[in-house]
Amino acid sequence: MSARRAAGDARRWPGLGFAAAVFFAYVYLPIFILVILSFNENRIVTIWTGFSLEWYRMAFANDDILRAAGNSLLIASVAATSATVLATLAAVRMATTRFFGQTGMNALLALPITVPEIVPAVATLMFFASLGVTLGLGTVMIAHTVFCIPFAYLPIRARLEGMDPKLGEAAADLFANPRQAFFKVTLPLLMPGILSGFVLAFIISLDDFVTTFFVGGAGSTTLPIYIFGLVRTGVTPEVNAISALMLLVSIALVSLSLFLGRSEHRY
Amino acid sequence: MTPARRRTFFNFWLIGPAALAIIIFMVIPLAMMAWISIQSRSYGGGVHWGELSAEAWLRFLFERNLDDSLSWSVTYTVIIIRSIWLSLITTVLSLLVGFPTAFFMATRDRKWRTLLVFMVTLPFWTNLLVRNYAWILILRDYGTANGLLMWLGITDQPLPLLHNQFAVAVGLTYSFLPFMVLPIYSSLEKLDLRLVEAGFDLYASRWQVLRNIIIPLAIPGIIAGSILVFIPALGSYVTPELLGGGKTLMIGNLIGHQFGAARNWPFGAALGLFLLALVLLAMTVYALRGRERGGKP
Repeated sequence: MSARRAAGDARRWPGLGFAAAVFFAYVYLPIFILVILSFNENRIVTIWTGFSLEWYRMAFANDDILRAAGNSLLIASVAATSATVLATLAAVRMATTRFFGQTGMNALLALPITVPEIVPAVATLMFFASLGVTLGLGTVMIAHTVFCIPFAYLPIRARLEGMDPKLGEAAADLFANPRQAFFKVTLPLLMPGILSGFVLAFIISLDDFVTTFFVGGAGSTTLPIYIFGLVRTGVTPEVNAISALMLLVSIALVSLSLFLGRSEHRY
Repeated sequence: MTPARRRTFFNFWLIGPAALAIIIFMVIPLAMMAWISIQSRSYGGGVHWGELSAEAWLRFLFERNLDDSLSWSVTYTVIIIRSIWLSLITTVLSLLVGFPTAFFMATRDRKWRTLLVFMVTLPFWTNLLVRNYAWILILRDYGTANGLLMWLGITDQPLPLLHNQFAVAVGLTYSFLPFMVLPIYSSLEKLDLRLVEAGFDLYASRWQVLRNIIIPLAIPGIIAGSILVFIPALGSYVTPELLGGGKTLMIGNLIGHQFGAARNWPFGAALGLFLLALVLLAMTVYALRGRERGGKP
Protein backbone atom coordinates (compact mmCIF):
# COMPACT_ATOMS: atom_id res chain seq x y z
CA MET A 1 0.00 0.00 0.00
CA SER A 2 2.69 2.45 0.97
CA ALA A 3 4.62 1.64 -2.22
CA ARG A 4 1.51 2.42 -4.29
CA ARG A 5 1.03 5.68 -2.45
CA ALA A 6 4.63 6.67 -3.09
CA ALA A 7 4.13 5.92 -6.78
CA GLY A 8 0.97 8.00 -6.76
CA ASP A 9 2.82 11.01 -5.47
CA ALA A 10 3.88 12.69 -8.70
CA ARG A 11 6.36 14.87 -6.82
CA ARG A 12 8.53 11.85 -6.12
CA TRP A 13 8.69 10.21 -9.50
CA PRO A 14 12.10 8.77 -10.19
CA GLY A 15 14.19 10.71 -12.66
CA LEU A 16 12.23 13.94 -12.28
CA GLY A 17 14.79 15.62 -10.04
CA PHE A 18 17.57 14.21 -12.19
CA ALA A 19 15.98 15.61 -15.39
CA ALA A 20 15.63 19.03 -13.77
CA ALA A 21 19.26 18.89 -12.61
CA VAL A 22 20.38 18.04 -16.16
CA PHE A 23 18.27 20.93 -17.46
CA PHE A 24 19.72 23.52 -15.11
CA ALA A 25 23.24 22.23 -15.71
CA TYR A 26 22.68 22.56 -19.46
CA VAL A 27 21.39 26.10 -19.03
CA TYR A 28 23.93 27.40 -16.52
CA LEU A 29 27.16 25.44 -17.03
CA PRO A 30 28.14 27.20 -20.30
CA ILE A 31 27.67 30.56 -18.57
CA PHE A 32 29.79 29.46 -15.59
CA ILE A 33 32.48 28.03 -17.86
CA LEU A 34 32.66 31.33 -19.74
CA VAL A 35 32.92 33.37 -16.53
CA ILE A 36 35.55 31.05 -15.02
CA LEU A 37 37.67 31.04 -18.19
CA SER A 38 37.60 34.83 -18.23
CA PHE A 39 39.69 34.74 -15.03
CA ASN A 40 42.18 32.25 -16.46
CA GLU A 41 45.72 33.63 -16.73
CA ASN A 42 46.57 31.28 -19.61
CA ARG A 43 46.31 32.66 -23.12
CA ILE A 44 45.34 29.22 -24.51
CA VAL A 45 41.95 29.84 -23.04
CA THR A 46 40.85 26.29 -22.22
CA ILE A 47 43.59 25.11 -19.89
CA TRP A 48 43.32 26.50 -16.36
CA THR A 49 46.67 27.63 -15.00
CA GLY A 50 45.80 30.29 -12.46
CA PHE A 51 43.62 33.22 -11.48
CA SER A 52 44.17 36.52 -13.25
CA LEU A 53 42.42 39.83 -13.87
CA GLU A 54 44.77 40.57 -16.76
CA TRP A 55 42.11 40.18 -19.49
CA TYR A 56 39.74 42.55 -17.72
CA ARG A 57 42.55 45.08 -17.40
CA MET A 58 43.30 44.69 -21.12
CA ALA A 59 39.64 45.04 -22.04
CA PHE A 60 39.32 48.26 -20.05
CA ALA A 61 42.49 49.63 -21.63
CA ASN A 62 41.22 48.93 -25.16
CA ASP A 63 39.89 52.12 -26.81
CA ASP A 64 37.82 50.20 -29.37
CA ILE A 65 36.05 48.30 -26.61
CA LEU A 66 35.38 51.47 -24.63
CA ARG A 67 34.00 53.22 -27.73
CA ALA A 68 31.79 50.21 -28.52
CA ALA A 69 30.55 50.15 -24.92
CA GLY A 70 29.80 53.88 -25.16
CA ASN A 71 27.80 53.34 -28.36
CA SER A 72 25.89 50.44 -26.79
CA LEU A 73 24.92 52.54 -23.77
CA LEU A 74 23.98 55.58 -25.89
CA ILE A 75 21.81 53.54 -28.28
CA ALA A 76 20.17 51.62 -25.44
CA SER A 77 19.41 54.83 -23.49
CA VAL A 78 17.84 56.61 -26.47
CA ALA A 79 15.94 53.55 -27.75
CA ALA A 80 14.68 52.47 -24.31
CA THR A 81 13.55 56.00 -23.43
CA SER A 82 11.68 56.57 -26.71
CA ALA A 83 10.17 53.08 -26.67
CA THR A 84 9.00 53.51 -23.06
CA VAL A 85 7.34 56.86 -23.78
CA LEU A 86 5.56 55.45 -26.85
CA ALA A 87 4.61 52.23 -25.02
CA THR A 88 3.28 54.08 -21.95
CA LEU A 89 0.98 56.26 -24.07
CA ALA A 90 -0.22 53.26 -26.07
CA ALA A 91 -0.76 51.09 -22.96
CA VAL A 92 -2.83 53.78 -21.25
CA ARG A 93 -4.99 54.11 -24.34
CA MET A 94 -5.39 50.36 -24.83
CA ALA A 95 -6.42 49.86 -21.21
CA THR A 96 -8.93 52.72 -20.80
CA THR A 97 -11.68 51.92 -23.29
CA ARG A 98 -12.46 49.37 -25.95
CA PHE A 99 -12.41 50.70 -29.48
CA PHE A 100 -12.74 49.56 -33.07
CA GLY A 101 -9.63 47.83 -34.37
CA GLN A 102 -8.21 47.07 -30.93
CA THR A 103 -7.27 43.48 -31.81
CA GLY A 104 -5.44 44.70 -34.88
CA MET A 105 -3.67 47.29 -32.75
CA ASN A 106 -2.57 44.58 -30.30
CA ALA A 107 -1.18 42.54 -33.18
CA LEU A 108 0.62 45.63 -34.53
CA LEU A 109 2.22 46.37 -31.14
CA ALA A 110 3.35 42.73 -30.90
CA LEU A 111 4.62 42.59 -34.50
CA PRO A 112 8.27 43.33 -33.66
CA ILE A 113 8.49 40.24 -31.41
CA THR A 114 6.41 37.97 -33.68
CA VAL A 115 8.60 37.94 -36.78
CA PRO A 116 12.15 36.50 -36.81
CA GLU A 117 14.48 39.45 -36.26
CA ILE A 118 16.49 38.92 -39.46
CA VAL A 119 13.46 39.79 -41.65
CA PRO A 120 12.67 43.29 -40.32
CA ALA A 121 16.41 43.88 -39.98
CA VAL A 122 17.12 43.48 -43.69
CA ALA A 123 13.80 45.15 -44.61
CA THR A 124 14.80 48.22 -42.57
CA LEU A 125 18.26 48.15 -44.15
CA MET A 126 16.70 48.27 -47.65
CA PHE A 127 14.21 50.94 -46.50
CA PHE A 128 16.91 53.31 -45.23
CA ALA A 129 19.31 52.58 -48.06
CA SER A 130 16.62 53.20 -50.71
CA LEU A 131 15.75 56.51 -49.11
CA GLY A 132 19.40 57.47 -49.23
CA VAL A 133 19.74 57.64 -45.44
CA THR A 134 23.30 56.99 -44.27
CA LEU A 135 23.40 53.96 -42.01
CA GLY A 136 24.84 54.69 -38.58
CA LEU A 137 23.94 55.53 -35.01
CA GLY A 138 20.68 57.27 -36.01
CA THR A 139 19.27 54.39 -38.04
CA VAL A 140 20.23 51.89 -35.32
CA MET A 141 18.48 54.03 -32.66
CA ILE A 142 15.29 54.14 -34.74
CA ALA A 143 15.29 50.40 -35.44
CA HIS A 144 16.00 49.61 -31.78
CA THR A 145 13.18 51.89 -30.63
CA VAL A 146 10.74 49.96 -32.81
CA PHE A 147 11.63 46.49 -31.56
CA CYS A 148 11.86 47.69 -27.95
CA ILE A 149 8.22 48.89 -27.96
CA PRO A 150 6.64 45.47 -27.19
CA PHE A 151 9.15 44.79 -24.40
CA ALA A 152 8.38 48.13 -22.74
CA TYR A 153 4.65 47.76 -23.44
CA LEU A 154 4.02 44.39 -21.76
CA PRO A 155 5.03 45.22 -18.14
CA ILE A 156 3.22 48.59 -18.33
CA ARG A 157 0.11 46.90 -19.65
CA ALA A 158 0.34 44.24 -16.91
CA ARG A 159 0.60 46.97 -14.29
CA LEU A 160 -2.43 48.75 -15.73
CA GLU A 161 -4.49 45.55 -15.65
CA GLY A 162 -3.81 45.29 -11.92
CA MET A 163 -4.91 48.89 -11.31
CA ASP A 164 -8.36 49.81 -10.04
CA PRO A 165 -10.24 51.74 -12.78
CA LYS A 166 -12.20 53.47 -10.02
CA LEU A 167 -9.10 55.54 -9.23
CA GLY A 168 -9.48 57.41 -12.51
CA GLU A 169 -13.20 57.82 -11.93
CA ALA A 170 -12.50 59.16 -8.45
CA ALA A 171 -10.14 61.73 -9.95
CA ALA A 172 -12.83 62.75 -12.44
CA ASP A 173 -15.37 63.07 -9.59
CA LEU A 174 -12.95 65.43 -7.90
CA PHE A 175 -13.02 67.61 -11.04
CA ALA A 176 -9.68 66.57 -12.46
CA ASN A 177 -9.55 66.88 -16.24
CA PRO A 178 -8.16 63.89 -18.19
CA ARG A 179 -4.71 65.44 -18.32
CA GLN A 180 -4.62 66.05 -14.54
CA ALA A 181 -6.01 62.58 -13.86
CA PHE A 182 -3.29 61.10 -16.03
CA PHE A 183 -0.36 63.02 -14.58
CA LYS A 184 -1.48 63.07 -10.95
CA VAL A 185 -3.11 59.64 -10.57
CA THR A 186 -2.39 57.18 -13.37
CA LEU A 187 1.26 57.99 -14.04
CA PRO A 188 2.52 57.80 -10.42
CA LEU A 189 0.70 54.51 -9.89
CA LEU A 190 2.10 53.20 -13.15
CA MET A 191 5.70 54.13 -12.35
CA PRO A 192 6.95 50.66 -11.28
CA GLY A 193 5.56 49.17 -14.50
CA ILE A 194 7.12 51.94 -16.57
CA LEU A 195 10.52 51.50 -14.91
CA SER A 196 10.32 47.73 -15.32
CA GLY A 197 9.45 48.17 -19.02
CA PHE A 198 12.28 50.67 -19.46
CA VAL A 199 14.84 48.29 -17.98
CA LEU A 200 13.67 45.38 -20.17
CA ALA A 201 13.80 47.56 -23.29
CA PHE A 202 17.27 48.72 -22.22
CA ILE A 203 18.57 45.13 -21.87
CA ILE A 204 17.05 44.07 -25.18
CA SER A 205 18.68 47.00 -26.97
CA LEU A 206 22.00 46.49 -25.18
CA ASP A 207 22.10 42.80 -26.16
CA ASP A 208 20.90 43.17 -29.72
CA PHE A 209 23.12 41.90 -32.48
CA VAL A 210 21.15 41.11 -35.66
CA THR A 211 19.36 44.46 -36.15
CA THR A 212 22.47 46.48 -35.27
CA PHE A 213 24.57 44.37 -37.64
CA PHE A 214 22.34 45.08 -40.65
CA VAL A 215 20.95 48.55 -39.92
CA GLY A 216 24.22 49.96 -38.54
CA GLY A 217 27.17 51.38 -40.38
CA ALA A 218 30.43 53.11 -39.72
CA GLY A 219 30.46 54.62 -36.23
CA SER A 220 27.70 52.46 -34.79
CA THR A 221 29.82 49.53 -33.61
CA THR A 222 28.28 48.25 -30.38
CA LEU A 223 29.76 45.70 -27.98
CA PRO A 224 27.93 42.71 -29.53
CA ILE A 225 29.11 43.77 -33.01
CA TYR A 226 32.67 44.14 -31.72
CA ILE A 227 32.55 40.74 -29.99
CA PHE A 228 31.15 39.12 -33.16
CA GLY A 229 34.02 40.52 -35.20
CA LEU A 230 36.58 39.10 -32.77
CA VAL A 231 34.86 35.74 -32.38
CA ARG A 232 34.82 35.18 -36.14
CA THR A 233 38.58 35.53 -36.28
CA GLY A 234 39.24 33.39 -33.22
CA VAL A 235 38.81 33.01 -29.49
CA THR A 236 40.74 35.53 -27.40
CA PRO A 237 40.78 35.97 -23.63
CA GLU A 238 39.63 39.62 -23.90
CA VAL A 239 36.41 38.43 -25.53
CA ASN A 240 35.82 36.17 -22.54
CA ALA A 241 36.26 39.12 -20.20
CA ILE A 242 33.85 41.46 -22.08
CA SER A 243 31.36 38.62 -22.58
CA ALA A 244 31.39 37.77 -18.89
CA LEU A 245 30.84 41.45 -18.04
CA MET A 246 27.91 41.69 -20.46
CA LEU A 247 26.30 38.61 -18.88
CA LEU A 248 26.64 40.08 -15.41
CA VAL A 249 25.18 43.44 -16.50
CA SER A 250 22.16 41.72 -18.10
CA ILE A 251 21.58 39.55 -15.04
CA ALA A 252 21.77 42.55 -12.72
CA LEU A 253 19.37 44.58 -14.88
CA VAL A 254 16.78 41.84 -15.31
CA SER A 255 16.79 41.18 -11.57
CA LEU A 256 16.18 44.91 -11.07
CA SER A 257 13.33 44.88 -13.59
CA LEU A 258 11.63 41.90 -11.98
CA PHE A 259 12.04 43.48 -8.57
CA LEU A 260 10.42 46.71 -9.82
CA GLY A 261 7.55 44.89 -11.51
CA ARG A 262 6.98 42.61 -8.52
CA SER A 263 4.75 44.85 -6.39
CA GLU A 264 1.87 44.37 -8.83
CA HIS A 265 -1.01 43.79 -6.49
CA ARG A 266 -0.40 46.56 -4.04
CA TYR A 267 -3.17 48.78 -5.40
CA MET B 1 -14.22 70.80 -29.93
CA THR B 2 -16.96 68.82 -28.24
CA PRO B 3 -15.84 66.74 -25.24
CA ALA B 4 -16.36 63.53 -27.22
CA ARG B 5 -14.26 64.77 -30.10
CA ARG B 6 -11.63 66.04 -27.71
CA ARG B 7 -11.48 62.58 -26.18
CA THR B 8 -11.05 60.97 -29.61
CA PHE B 9 -8.29 63.45 -30.38
CA PHE B 10 -6.57 62.77 -27.04
CA ASN B 11 -6.86 59.01 -27.58
CA PHE B 12 -5.41 59.22 -31.05
CA TRP B 13 -2.38 61.06 -29.77
CA LEU B 14 -1.82 58.42 -27.12
CA ILE B 15 -1.80 55.36 -29.32
CA GLY B 16 -0.80 57.08 -32.54
CA PRO B 17 2.95 57.52 -31.98
CA ALA B 18 3.69 53.88 -31.10
CA ALA B 19 1.52 52.61 -33.95
CA LEU B 20 3.05 55.09 -36.39
CA ALA B 21 6.59 54.17 -35.37
CA ILE B 22 5.89 50.50 -36.03
CA ILE B 23 4.03 51.20 -39.27
CA ILE B 24 6.67 53.53 -40.71
CA PHE B 25 9.77 51.64 -39.62
CA MET B 26 8.54 48.05 -39.79
CA VAL B 27 5.32 47.57 -41.78
CA ILE B 28 6.31 49.84 -44.66
CA PRO B 29 9.82 48.33 -44.91
CA LEU B 30 8.25 44.85 -44.99
CA ALA B 31 5.85 45.94 -47.75
CA MET B 32 8.75 47.49 -49.60
CA MET B 33 10.60 44.19 -49.27
CA ALA B 34 7.76 42.44 -51.11
CA TRP B 35 8.05 44.98 -53.92
CA ILE B 36 11.85 44.66 -54.04
CA SER B 37 11.57 40.88 -54.41
CA ILE B 38 10.07 41.37 -57.88
CA GLN B 39 12.47 44.05 -59.10
CA SER B 40 15.48 43.32 -61.21
CA ARG B 41 18.77 43.22 -59.43
CA SER B 42 21.40 45.90 -59.59
CA TYR B 43 24.81 44.27 -59.33
CA GLY B 44 26.29 47.00 -57.20
CA GLY B 45 23.64 46.30 -54.53
CA GLY B 46 20.10 47.66 -54.62
CA VAL B 47 17.64 47.27 -57.48
CA HIS B 48 16.59 48.89 -60.76
CA TRP B 49 13.28 50.35 -59.61
CA GLY B 50 10.34 49.62 -61.86
CA GLU B 51 12.03 46.88 -63.89
CA LEU B 52 9.93 43.91 -62.85
CA SER B 53 11.57 40.51 -62.74
CA ALA B 54 10.75 37.07 -61.33
CA GLU B 55 14.44 36.17 -61.20
CA ALA B 56 14.64 36.21 -57.40
CA TRP B 57 11.75 33.77 -57.00
CA LEU B 58 13.04 31.49 -59.78
CA ARG B 59 16.32 31.27 -57.90
CA PHE B 60 14.69 29.14 -55.19
CA LEU B 61 14.56 26.19 -57.60
CA PHE B 62 16.59 27.05 -60.68
CA GLU B 63 19.95 28.41 -61.59
CA ARG B 64 20.66 30.43 -64.68
CA ASN B 65 23.29 29.00 -66.98
CA LEU B 66 25.74 31.02 -69.01
CA ASP B 67 23.55 30.68 -72.11
CA ASP B 68 20.65 32.21 -70.14
CA SER B 69 18.69 28.95 -69.89
CA LEU B 70 17.36 27.69 -66.57
CA SER B 71 18.22 24.38 -64.98
CA TRP B 72 17.14 22.75 -61.72
CA SER B 73 19.29 23.55 -58.75
CA VAL B 74 19.00 22.20 -55.22
CA THR B 75 21.52 24.60 -53.65
CA TYR B 76 18.89 26.71 -51.89
CA THR B 77 16.30 23.98 -51.42
CA VAL B 78 18.90 22.09 -49.37
CA ILE B 79 19.39 25.11 -47.11
CA ILE B 80 15.64 25.61 -46.65
CA ILE B 81 15.05 21.94 -45.85
CA ARG B 82 18.04 21.94 -43.48
CA SER B 83 16.60 24.98 -41.68
CA ILE B 84 13.23 23.30 -41.21
CA TRP B 85 14.90 20.02 -40.17
CA LEU B 86 17.22 21.68 -37.63
CA SER B 87 14.29 23.69 -36.22
CA LEU B 88 12.22 20.52 -35.84
CA ILE B 89 15.13 18.74 -34.10
CA THR B 90 15.52 21.77 -31.83
CA THR B 91 11.81 21.67 -31.00
CA VAL B 92 11.91 17.93 -30.19
CA LEU B 93 15.09 18.27 -28.09
CA SER B 94 13.57 21.22 -26.21
CA LEU B 95 10.44 19.18 -25.55
CA LEU B 96 12.44 16.18 -24.30
CA VAL B 97 14.54 18.31 -21.95
CA GLY B 98 11.83 20.83 -21.15
CA PHE B 99 8.86 18.62 -20.33
CA PRO B 100 10.33 16.78 -17.31
CA THR B 101 11.72 20.08 -16.05
CA ALA B 102 8.36 21.83 -16.36
CA PHE B 103 6.74 18.86 -14.58
CA PHE B 104 9.35 19.03 -11.85
CA MET B 105 8.76 22.77 -11.41
CA ALA B 106 4.97 22.43 -11.35
CA THR B 107 5.12 19.86 -8.54
CA ARG B 108 7.28 21.96 -6.18
CA ASP B 109 6.04 24.23 -3.38
CA ARG B 110 4.91 27.73 -4.33
CA LYS B 111 8.02 29.39 -2.84
CA TRP B 112 10.32 27.16 -4.90
CA ARG B 113 8.31 27.65 -8.08
CA THR B 114 8.90 31.42 -8.17
CA LEU B 115 12.64 30.87 -7.85
CA LEU B 116 12.66 28.12 -10.50
CA VAL B 117 10.68 30.25 -12.96
CA PHE B 118 13.17 33.07 -12.38
CA MET B 119 16.08 30.67 -13.00
CA VAL B 120 14.51 29.44 -16.26
CA THR B 121 13.80 32.99 -17.48
CA LEU B 122 17.13 34.54 -16.52
CA PRO B 123 19.31 33.20 -19.38
CA PHE B 124 16.80 34.50 -21.93
CA TRP B 125 17.65 38.05 -20.91
CA THR B 126 21.37 37.56 -21.26
CA ASN B 127 23.16 38.18 -24.52
CA LEU B 128 22.34 35.57 -27.18
CA LEU B 129 25.67 36.13 -28.93
CA VAL B 130 27.59 35.61 -25.70
CA ARG B 131 25.63 32.48 -24.81
CA ASN B 132 26.41 30.98 -28.20
CA TYR B 133 30.03 32.04 -27.90
CA ALA B 134 30.20 30.06 -24.64
CA TRP B 135 29.40 26.96 -26.71
CA ILE B 136 32.35 27.68 -28.99
CA LEU B 137 34.56 27.51 -25.88
CA ILE B 138 32.98 24.19 -24.94
CA LEU B 139 32.80 22.47 -28.33
CA ARG B 140 35.95 23.54 -30.16
CA ASP B 141 38.81 21.13 -30.79
CA TYR B 142 40.65 21.80 -27.55
CA GLY B 143 37.58 23.06 -25.70
CA THR B 144 36.00 21.96 -22.45
CA ALA B 145 34.07 19.01 -23.89
CA ASN B 146 36.97 17.51 -25.79
CA GLY B 147 39.28 18.18 -22.86
CA LEU B 148 36.94 16.20 -20.62
CA LEU B 149 36.55 13.35 -23.12
CA MET B 150 40.30 13.03 -23.56
CA TRP B 151 40.95 13.23 -19.81
CA LEU B 152 38.44 10.44 -19.29
CA GLY B 153 40.25 8.45 -21.97
CA ILE B 154 37.13 8.08 -24.13
CA THR B 155 38.99 9.48 -27.10
CA ASP B 156 42.66 10.26 -27.64
CA GLN B 157 42.19 13.00 -30.19
CA PRO B 158 39.63 15.82 -30.29
CA LEU B 159 36.26 14.97 -31.82
CA PRO B 160 34.92 17.45 -34.39
CA LEU B 161 32.09 18.86 -32.27
CA LEU B 162 31.98 22.40 -33.66
CA HIS B 163 30.92 23.68 -37.10
CA ASN B 164 28.36 21.01 -37.87
CA GLN B 165 24.63 20.36 -37.51
CA PHE B 166 25.14 18.86 -34.06
CA ALA B 167 26.63 22.11 -32.77
CA VAL B 168 23.82 24.16 -34.34
CA ALA B 169 21.11 21.92 -32.84
CA VAL B 170 22.74 22.12 -29.39
CA GLY B 171 23.08 25.90 -29.68
CA LEU B 172 19.53 26.46 -30.91
CA THR B 173 18.08 24.26 -28.18
CA TYR B 174 20.16 26.14 -25.65
CA SER B 175 18.99 29.50 -27.01
CA PHE B 176 15.25 28.86 -27.04
CA LEU B 177 14.67 26.27 -24.29
CA PRO B 178 12.93 28.70 -21.87
CA PHE B 179 10.19 29.22 -24.48
CA MET B 180 9.35 25.52 -24.22
CA VAL B 181 9.53 25.16 -20.44
CA LEU B 182 7.39 28.16 -19.45
CA PRO B 183 4.18 27.38 -21.43
CA ILE B 184 4.28 23.69 -20.38
CA TYR B 185 4.90 24.75 -16.80
CA SER B 186 1.92 27.10 -16.84
CA SER B 187 -0.43 24.39 -18.11
CA LEU B 188 0.93 21.78 -15.68
CA GLU B 189 0.79 24.20 -12.77
CA LYS B 190 -3.00 23.95 -12.87
CA LEU B 191 -2.81 20.15 -12.77
CA ASP B 192 -4.67 18.70 -9.78
CA LEU B 193 -2.34 16.09 -8.31
CA ARG B 194 -5.37 14.22 -6.95
CA LEU B 195 -6.11 13.21 -10.56
CA VAL B 196 -2.74 11.47 -10.65
CA GLU B 197 -3.47 9.74 -7.34
CA ALA B 198 -6.87 8.69 -8.62
CA GLY B 199 -5.19 7.17 -11.65
CA PHE B 200 -2.93 5.12 -9.42
CA ASP B 201 -5.81 4.07 -7.20
CA LEU B 202 -7.34 2.62 -10.36
CA TYR B 203 -4.17 0.57 -10.87
CA ALA B 204 -2.79 2.60 -13.77
CA SER B 205 0.95 2.34 -14.32
CA ARG B 206 3.17 5.42 -14.30
CA TRP B 207 3.33 5.34 -18.06
CA GLN B 208 -0.49 5.14 -18.33
CA VAL B 209 -0.92 8.04 -15.92
CA LEU B 210 1.59 10.08 -17.89
CA ARG B 211 -0.02 9.25 -21.23
CA ASN B 212 -3.68 9.44 -20.25
CA ILE B 213 -3.74 12.16 -17.60
CA ILE B 214 -0.68 14.39 -17.55
CA ILE B 215 0.20 14.76 -21.23
CA PRO B 216 -3.38 15.51 -22.39
CA LEU B 217 -3.55 18.28 -19.79
CA ALA B 218 -0.21 19.65 -20.91
CA ILE B 219 -1.05 19.62 -24.64
CA PRO B 220 -1.90 23.35 -24.93
CA GLY B 221 1.43 24.20 -23.29
CA ILE B 222 3.30 21.70 -25.46
CA ILE B 223 1.83 23.18 -28.66
CA ALA B 224 2.45 26.78 -27.57
CA GLY B 225 6.01 25.92 -26.51
CA SER B 226 6.73 24.10 -29.77
CA ILE B 227 5.61 27.08 -31.85
CA LEU B 228 7.58 29.48 -29.63
CA VAL B 229 10.74 27.39 -30.12
CA PHE B 230 10.22 26.52 -33.78
CA ILE B 231 9.70 30.08 -35.04
CA PRO B 232 12.84 31.74 -33.63
CA ALA B 233 14.89 28.62 -34.46
CA LEU B 234 13.77 28.80 -38.09
CA GLY B 235 14.74 32.46 -38.33
CA SER B 236 17.95 32.21 -36.34
CA TYR B 237 21.05 33.94 -37.59
CA VAL B 238 23.58 34.10 -34.77
CA THR B 239 23.71 30.40 -33.80
CA PRO B 240 24.36 28.91 -37.28
CA GLU B 241 26.75 31.78 -38.03
CA LEU B 242 28.89 31.06 -34.94
CA LEU B 243 28.45 27.32 -34.36
CA GLY B 244 27.63 26.10 -37.86
CA GLY B 245 30.60 27.46 -39.73
CA GLY B 246 30.33 27.88 -43.49
CA LYS B 247 28.79 24.48 -44.23
CA THR B 248 25.71 24.60 -42.02
CA LEU B 249 23.90 27.68 -43.32
CA MET B 250 20.27 28.28 -42.45
CA ILE B 251 17.70 30.57 -44.15
CA GLY B 252 18.62 33.46 -41.85
CA ASN B 253 22.28 33.33 -42.90
CA LEU B 254 21.34 32.98 -46.56
CA ILE B 255 19.21 36.13 -46.22
CA GLY B 256 22.02 37.95 -44.45
CA HIS B 257 24.56 37.03 -47.12
CA GLN B 258 22.42 38.61 -49.85
CA PHE B 259 23.11 41.96 -48.19
CA GLY B 260 26.80 41.32 -47.70
CA ALA B 261 29.14 39.88 -50.29
CA ALA B 262 26.40 38.53 -52.62
CA ARG B 263 24.64 41.91 -52.99
CA ASN B 264 21.41 40.40 -54.27
CA TRP B 265 18.60 42.44 -52.73
CA PRO B 266 15.69 40.86 -54.65
CA PHE B 267 16.74 37.33 -53.66
CA GLY B 268 17.29 38.41 -50.05
CA ALA B 269 13.85 40.04 -50.06
CA ALA B 270 12.21 36.95 -51.59
CA LEU B 271 13.86 34.71 -48.97
CA GLY B 272 12.73 37.08 -46.23
CA LEU B 273 9.14 36.91 -47.44
CA PHE B 274 9.38 33.14 -47.70
CA LEU B 275 10.55 32.93 -44.07
CA LEU B 276 7.75 35.28 -43.04
CA ALA B 277 5.25 33.02 -44.84
CA LEU B 278 6.60 29.93 -43.03
CA VAL B 279 6.21 31.73 -39.70
CA LEU B 280 2.65 32.82 -40.53
CA LEU B 281 1.85 29.24 -41.54
CA ALA B 282 3.16 27.91 -38.21
CA MET B 283 1.12 30.50 -36.30
CA THR B 284 -2.03 29.77 -38.31
CA VAL B 285 -1.69 26.04 -37.61
CA TYR B 286 -1.34 26.91 -33.94
CA ALA B 287 -4.40 29.22 -33.98
CA LEU B 288 -6.51 26.58 -35.78
CA ARG B 289 -5.42 23.82 -33.39
CA GLY B 290 -6.35 26.11 -30.50
CA ARG B 291 -9.81 26.74 -31.91
CA GLU B 292 -10.35 23.03 -32.57
CA ARG B 293 -9.45 22.24 -28.96
CA GLY B 294 -11.61 25.04 -27.63
CA GLY B 295 -14.58 23.58 -29.54
CA LYS B 296 -14.30 20.20 -27.87
CA PRO B 297 -16.37 19.59 -24.74
